[in-house]
Amino acid sequence: MITKTLLLTIALAPLAGAILAGLFGRQIGRAGAHWATILGVALSTALSAYVLKLIAFDGHEAVNMSVYTWFRIGSIQAEVGFLVDALTATMMVVVTSVSLMVHVYTIGYMEEDPGYQRFFGYISLFTFSMLMLVMSNNFMQLFFGWEAVGLVSYLLIGFWFKRPTAIFANLKAFLVNRVGDFGFLLGIGLVLAYLGSLDYATVFAKAPTLVGQTFNPYGTVEWAVPTLICLLLFVGAMGKSAQVPLHVWLPDSMEGPTPISALIHAATMVTAGIFMVARMSPLFELSETALSVILVIGSITALFMGFIGIVQNDIKRVVAYSTLSQLGYMTVALGASAYSAAIFHLMTHAFFKALLFLGAGSVIIAMHHEQDLRKMGGLRKYMPITFATAWVGTLALMGFPGTSGFYSKDAILYAVGSADRAGASFAHASLLIGVAVTAFYSFRMLYLAFHGKERFGHDDRHGHGGHHDHGEHQPHETPWVVTLPLALLAIPSLAIGFFTAGPMLFGNFFDGAIFVADGRAPLAAMAHHFEHGSLSFALHGFLTPPVWLALLGAGLATYIYLFNPSIADRARKAFAPIHHLLERKYGFDEFNQAVFARGSVWLGRAFWRVGDQAVIDGVIVDGSAGTVSRIAFAVRRLQSGFLFHYAFMMILGLIVIVGAFALLQ
Amino acid sequence: MIPLSWWLTLAALLFCISVAGIFINRKNIIILLMAIELMLLSVNMNFVAFSRYLDDMAGQVFVFFILTVAAAEAAIGLAILVLVFRNRRTINVAELDTMRG
Amino acid sequence: MIDTWTDLLPMLPELFLLGMVNLILIAGLFIDERRRGLVHFIATLTLAFAAILTLRDFDIDGRVAVAGGMFIRDGAGDVLKLFVYLTMGIVFVYAKFYLRTHKLFVAEFYTLALFSVLGMCVLISGGNLLTIYLGLELMALSSYALVALDRDSPVAAESAMKYFVLGALASGLLLYGMSILYGVTGSLDLSEIATRLSSGEYPKVVLAFAVVFIVVGIGFKFGAVPFHMWVPDVYQGAPTAITLLLASAPKLAAVGMTFRLLSEGLEPLARDWSQMLGFLALMSLVVGNFAAIAQTNLKRMLAYSTISHVGFVLLGILAGSDDGMAAAMFYAITYALMTTGAFGMIIALSNAGFECERIEDFKGLNQRNPWFAFLMLLILASLAGFPPLVGFFSKLYVLQAAINAGWLWLTVVAVVMAVIGAYYYLRVIKVMYFDEPEHEHALQAPGDVRVVLAANGLLQLLLTFFVGSLTALCVAAWQ
Repeated sequence: MITKTLLLTIALAPLAGAILAGLFGRQIGRAGAHWATILGVALSTALSAYVLKLIAFDGHEAVNMSVYTWFRIGSIQAEVGFLVDALTATMMVVVTSVSLMVHVYTIGYMEEDPGYQRFFGYISLFTFSMLMLVMSNNFMQLFFGWEAVGLVSYLLIGFWFKRPTAIFANLKAFLVNRVGDFGFLLGIGLVLAYLGSLDYATVFAKAPTLVGQTFNPYGTVEWAVPTLICLLLFVGAMGKSAQVPLHVWLPDSMEGPTPISALIHAATMVTAGIFMVARMSPLFELSETALSVILVIGSITALFMGFIGIVQNDIKRVVAYSTLSQLGYMTVALGASAYSAAIFHLMTHAFFKALLFLGAGSVIIAMHHEQDLRKMGGLRKYMPITFATAWVGTLALMGFPGTSGFYSKDAILYAVGSADRAGASFAHASLLIGVAVTAFYSFRMLYLAFHGKERFGHDDRHGHGGHHDHGEHQPHETPWVVTLPLALLAIPSLAIGFFTAGPMLFGNFFDGAIFVADGRAPLAAMAHHFEHGSLSFALHGFLTPPVWLALLGAGLATYIYLFNPSIADRARKAFAPIHHLLERKYGFDEFNQAVFARGSVWLGRAFWRVGDQAVIDGVIVDGSAGTVSRIAFAVRRLQSGFLFHYAFMMILGLIVIVGAFALLQ
Repeated sequence: MIPLSWWLTLAALLFCISVAGIFINRKNIIILLMAIELMLLSVNMNFVAFSRYLDDMAGQVFVFFILTVAAAEAAIGLAILVLVFRNRRTINVAELDTMRG
Repeated sequence: MIDTWTDLLPMLPELFLLGMVNLILIAGLFIDERRRGLVHFIATLTLAFAAILTLRDFDIDGRVAVAGGMFIRDGAGDVLKLFVYLTMGIVFVYAKFYLRTHKLFVAEFYTLALFSVLGMCVLISGGNLLTIYLGLELMALSSYALVALDRDSPVAAESAMKYFVLGALASGLLLYGMSILYGVTGSLDLSEIATRLSSGEYPKVVLAFAVVFIVVGIGFKFGAVPFHMWVPDVYQGAPTAITLLLASAPKLAAVGMTFRLLSEGLEPLARDWSQMLGFLALMSLVVGNFAAIAQTNLKRMLAYSTISHVGFVLLGILAGSDDGMAAAMFYAITYALMTTGAFGMIIALSNAGFECERIEDFKGLNQRNPWFAFLMLLILASLAGFPPLVGFFSKLYVLQAAINAGWLWLTVVAVVMAVIGAYYYLRVIKVMYFDEPEHEHALQAPGDVRVVLAANGLLQLLLTFFVGSLTALCVAAWQ
């Protein structure tokens, strides 16, 4: 039985942990802080799993309840309420279990950080906000959860706020997300205006009445209301789920500590946009145009962000660009009406990407906070567990038949292949190329980090200069609090697809939670091959182009990075401009370290100047900093300081009002 | 009997003169105070005239209150004037521009 | 006419105030400087008792008109008055510290401040053009004198002069409008005026003239553009304690005045005045926000920010509906609580030889005192209207009312301007958190200032949990 108490416990347990660790961190100490938060999240994980069991296996009905009415302003009613169905239950389990793993991992990762308690407070708070977001039964709570996860994310990106780059990344994430939120808020506003409610159930029930309505922005221009609403909502999703062109904040957000990258910027928060669109499927199904746009944006993100992943040298950035690309895959699935495939990929991706990020973090710990792939190599003999789990993650990411990534990625490819929407063929082609690219960069990262020659400790010979001290310590396997989460995440990365692909994609698991218009059967083509179960589908996979392409990418990477590294050098020379850019970027980070060490602030100020301009640029669509300050200074000049000018202005105002009034009469 | 419109026109003229006095005068603050007094008096004339023609006493009662308030206002205005002179050694309106922008 | 004591009963809080002000006026002459704290104590107690007396007969749905309709006691008025007492109480706490350190701790401050409170109460309760005028002048004259409280400050004298001349001009314009209104309708009583106007037999053009003059008078009291020119100069020039006073409670009184004059008296002309207010709101939003960006003095920046907030209040009023008035009142109340916090922070960070009024002075506040920086963050974010702080809800509520009344385009402008406006608040936040401190002035704020300031800042957050009940109170008051 899913009761109000049960759901409240799930949501509030992490909050309680967050309050304990955040506000009373000093009193309860480091151990107290991690125990309080881990127990809170563990409780919520167990109960979420129980809720999922009730819904998935015991046929419990979806629950929609209002918990508390916050305020009522005119027709806007703000409620706290829970809608728990298959979609929500899946998300709850994904969020809480990844969060639990990250909590445990953090004990090892942040061991020496002075902000230990604060950090635990933040991640628990994040878990609470994310749960409120996914469990919401109305737009208002959705929006608040949306803002709250964003807020915690900024706090965490800027966790090391003494680093100027962290502050800059923080500001960038904040600004880009404002653009997304603006669209999202407008979308919610239109929903309220046209459907008169913010409650999901009411809105979805009334949604079909939108068809055929038009919105006149000016003159005779008419926009279809469903398309307008869906596009605006999707702008919000683009901000949060980092779709081109609002993706720029995500790579920079890697300035935050690695557990955050895994939890927020790979597994949960960035997928909030995907979840939101799936949740709003009754609305999105009304607009073919909006779905086409989603399809195209998703495929651009999936392909082009993958390319960038190939040329990155920072281990976290490779994973970050891979995340962008995979988010593109999910978005494409949404655009092809295959919402269940998107959520399925969201789930498998959450596990294997969290695994990869935490693995990267483990490498970073072992390398004493060195993140450059070129200074790694041959780590497999020093850290076998990390190495093994990284292989698992990589196989899942490339979609090797049988792994979880295989099922979810194939589902998306089938859905796009059979979609007859504008842009579908482009999307299909991009995703297919993307598969090869994905395999290439993931294996490149794997080989550079774990295989080949050891390149650490020999900096001087390569002429990179500086940081001799890094090589003086031998890399070593990380403590069990780090490797245990890796091992635990490796299991679902391998197996979850095998067991759940059938029910989630072809069963009636998501019935009632996700709506697909009649006559659309995005996964029919795949269902045809899937009739004989997961195993035969995996075997059949070896006969299909995606797997060939993935193997091709992987093979190419193997050849280049394992057997013939000189090709990589030659390729690097061929792409000299890009390479140069990257070199400089890397030097930039080092430079900031030096600046940080000297405690200098001028750079921070320079960043802020950029930030100030970005604020204004972001705010005024066609304006520049100059326009606003010119207006500001013109307005200022009116205030001359002379009494008689002031009096004259008053009289002028009086005359203008009288005149306007006389004219209007 | 003088028609109402004459009174109103006279009051309006006085009012305009006083308003103009406030923003055209760029020399002496005392002239500002005089202009303000004149403005209140023109309003008084309006009230009295209306009161007479409406045959309603309320308007004239209002005038008494305005006169009283005007006296208080003049007192405060002169006090501030003294302050300005004490601090700045000038009562030139055009020199009161240290705050702007 | 006043027949019995029951007629006086609804005025009891005001009569009590009047008695106490006179007492303080005389007592101030005999209490020497060392015991000046006593005056502060009595003045605060006066506000508390006035609040208790108001609450004694508090009836949210009631409406009593006494003294021949000159004085009206109703739910909306009582709510406004209670918040006037509250903000004034907060102001007294901050002001005491400021005045002490600046050697301005004189009994006159309390006399004048309480006189202006009395003026506000009369204004809020005015049912007749005469009482409205008298309340307005009582409030305004006390304010002029307060601005000039620091007799040795050239800027204070200059700003007092500007305030006085422009204020007198504005009240002259208002009076002129009133005289025409009287001539057209033949009455000074607002409900009588409304009845006569609703018959529809009046010279439209002449009346429109009167409405414009009255709207100008109201616009001046609010500090709406283009009648705002006094606001930045007075805010900057006046001693901070006085700026604090001028920025908070009088806005509540202005809402009450607008309600009496426009919604009650000129209700039949709602279409006309709401268009005029639309113009004022538009100009205030644009000019206020843009000019604030260019400021370096925090007091002056807050002055322009006030102007932009006034735009929002007017947005609620011009909706013309009960909901709109409730929204405007809610906005004014929450704004008063934010602005006291912002100026309170300036006061708390200042001390004898140092005015913490430039934005630069806030550099690195987070390193000097993280708690104060956090409170200021809450206050500024609330002013900027970031959810989930209370400032967000007051904006939301006003915008909702304006949309319902069909002012969509103005709402869009308001939202865009609010976004631009967020910039200058963020700039202060940035300075507090990311810049290095430039000076090391010790914080000398005494315990009472710290406690009230903490409450004031946290209120921005806590009030969000009571947004429901507070808006319900405002809505109930206007129905």
